[in-house]
Amino acid sequence: MVVNSLEVRELAYAYPDGTQALFGVDLTIGRGERVALLGPNGAGKTTLVMHLNGILTAGHGLVRVAGTEVRPGTLKEIRQRVGLVFQDPDDQLFMPTVRDDVAFGPANMGVKGEELERRVKNALDRVGMADRADRPPHHLSFGQRRRVAVATVLVMEPEILVLDEPSSNLDPAARRELAEILRSLDVTVLMVTHDLPYALELCERSLILSGGVIAADGPTRSLLADPALLAAHRLELPYGFAIPEGR
Amino acid sequence: MGAGHHHQLYRQGDSPVHRLPPHCKLVAVLAFAVVVVATPRESFWAFGCYALLLAAVAVVARVPLGHVARRMVIEVPFVAFAVAIPFIGMGERTEVLGLSLSVQGLWAAWNILAKASLGVVASILLAATTEPRMILLGAQRLRLPSLLVQIAMFMLRYLDVIVEEMRRMRVARESRGFVARDVRQIPVIARSAGALFIRSYERGERVHLAMLSRGYNGSLPVIHEISGSGRQWVVALALPVTALAVLGASWW
Repeated sequence: MVVNSLEVRELAYAYPDGTQALFGVDLTIGRGERVALLGPNGAGKTTLVMHLNGILTAGHGLVRVAGTEVRPGTLKEIRQRVGLVFQDPDDQLFMPTVRDDVAFGPANMGVKGEELERRVKNALDRVGMADRADRPPHHLSFGQRRRVAVATVLVMEPEILVLDEPSSNLDPAARRELAEILRSLDVTVLMVTHDLPYALELCERSLILSGGVIAADGPTRSLLADPALLAAHRLELPYGFAIPEGR
Repeated sequence: MGAGHHHQLYRQGDSPVHRLPPHCKLVAVLAFAVVVVATPRESFWAFGCYALLLAAVAVVARVPLGHVARRMVIEVPFVAFAVAIPFIGMGERTEVLGLSLSVQGLWAAWNILAKASLGVVASILLAATTEPRMILLGAQRLRLPSLLVQIAMFMLRYLDVIVEEMRRMRVARESRGFVARDVRQIPVIARSAGALFIRSYERGERVHLAMLSRGYNGSLPVIHEISGSGRQWVVALALPVTALAVLGASWW
């Protein structure tokens, strides 16, 4: 039986103040897929992401990661399997040096000594930051910090990498470098964004989250080629952008 | 982005003092301070010996006098307090340069000045030869309350981030014609401080989420095993032990 990396069933959630953010989200992501989750601000994207590793608990419905349901008893395992990369790398990089930060996750899981060293080095190599291991995070450029943030979750060897607005605040070169890194990774990726060209560049498939439900699910290329669909969900291609002919 | 401000205390170097494990140095400085405080204030020559000991450490660590002197400015408020004591002190009085001063007050002022200065210099030498994060690792190794170590660690990490945020808020205020001239502008500054607090608090919540996502369970994992060999302990404790010997000699 093929186990999916991520399964979300009828997920609904209301914030404690009564604001309902998710109204029954259904989605499935197969192992090795790279999927974009598109949606305007306020569509519930971040709320959905917070459910994927149990920071928020479902009001109704369920989330399964590699077949394991997210519930209080499985949180430790789930958090190891779901690598969440936050939007602001300064929130994610809280240790005094890059090396310590990357080591934080596996050390919490009880990895130590040479094995810890090896995994940290490997994760930093994958994002091209091995030569900056001893620098404090605030001495890095924004793009470098985001790459280190990716390394901090890669080191956990996650089942699925979840990126919240990975291209935000990056200059064009840093944006391209990050895209190259993400393409080189052999891991399931869910990319939350409203940067449609970036979604097209990196993800075969996209989901549109709008009004707390999945409003569309299909090949990125055909979703972006449907101006009426995009307009209905407050999404827009940037001025002058034309979908390039098949790659 | 803000360059590191918190390395102002640390001096890059590779002296025998720099190489000592941080927890050994922490214990040594603490023990030295205890010995200094326990010394009777009448033992002038003992304080002289302590100063010589610190000077020797500074020479071995290659920390220039100017570096130590500039950072001793932090002691100024205590000095001001100490200088005031002989004037306000009670009891027997004596004449110095035509001023009537309290004898007890003079002793108290000398006591505070000598002991505080020695403690401050010892701390400056510790900070000059130990990276801030290593001091925290040392504190963690010595089993200081984990919560305190974590708070200090976050301060170290986020000080620059918050200073940068403060700078951006100042630029935003001034771009709209705000000039802090006198007390009437205080409410604006106070509101900025409030906003900064809220922002930092929210950042704290986001950082906590990021920590939870990576398996944080209330205590920091030990990432660097630091250990001191017997020889290193002997070297580090040479300072307080010599000071203790001086103290012993002063009692004889």
